[in-house]
Amino acid sequence: MGFTLFTPWAGLAGGILIGLSAVILMAGAGRIAGCSGIFRGLLTLDFSSEFVWRAIFIIGLIAGAAAAGPFAANAQNVEFVGTPGLVIGGVLVGFGTALAHGCTSGHGICGLARFSPRSLVAVITFMLAAIITVFITRHVIGA
Amino acid sequence: MQRVFILIAGMIFGIGLAVSGMINPAKVLSFLDLAGHWDATLLFVMGGGMLTAMLGYHFVLKRKAPLFADKFYLPTSKDIDLRLIGGSALFGIGWGVSGFCPGPAVASLAYGHWQSILFVVAMGAGALLAKSISLLTDA
Repeated sequence: MGFTLFTPWAGLAGGILIGLSAVILMAGAGRIAGCSGIFRGLLTLDFSSEFVWRAIFIIGLIAGAAAAGPFAANAQNVEFVGTPGLVIGGVLVGFGTALAHGCTSGHGICGLARFSPRSLVAVITFMLAAIITVFITRHVIGA
Repeated sequence: MQRVFILIAGMIFGIGLAVSGMINPAKVLSFLDLAGHWDATLLFVMGGGMLTAMLGYHFVLKRKAPLFADKFYLPTSKDIDLRLIGGSALFGIGWGVSGFCPGPAVASLAYGHWQSILFVVAMGAGALLAKSISLLTDA
């Protein structure tokens, strides 16, 4: 996996858009823009109103990424880890965010923006865990 | 009208993930790799997103109710417990292994790579596993 370029302005612009999305969702529907919880709500497949609003958000999420993809330099040359990493990582992300009730968007963006102590603890924990994991996979095992 | 707002919010989120490059696992892993060729972009994404949401919430949450719903659905739990910390640690390990967190993983389905589909299926399995364990322990 190659290195990536530091793109602070694109990062800031994308971040502001994500924050704006969270504000629109709260202003219009009174909901937290937490992607793990929104995704998890789809697994019920019960077509209740709780299911429907989440499905609409996810459709928008995918459509937005599809529309912006060809124009966003940062969305070109997407690189993935290998199959074992995708499977193990996917299960851990799904399991962990369900237990913690949130991920980088729900705790990271929305929770911190609401000054939630729970979210601050979650963010510090997952950031440290992720940084240590990458150090081990890239510099201890992969060295 | 509520549904239009939700769709627009989802689309802007997806555009933000593509523009910021968070949709690319390699870029996220470059941020997490402090000892490697460090790419600090994620810091600007989180910072920009958090400050924008902070400012917006400040005004929105002063209202009695959202524009098109009866109330604000805000998390009520205040517990800092093993579930929160253990769950966040497992999520962090999974994020570090794959470079994907839930939003970018789902959004990246837009590009039709099998890797995105595999990850999202595994993530669904992990969530369902957590749900079944919660049902057992809470019973």
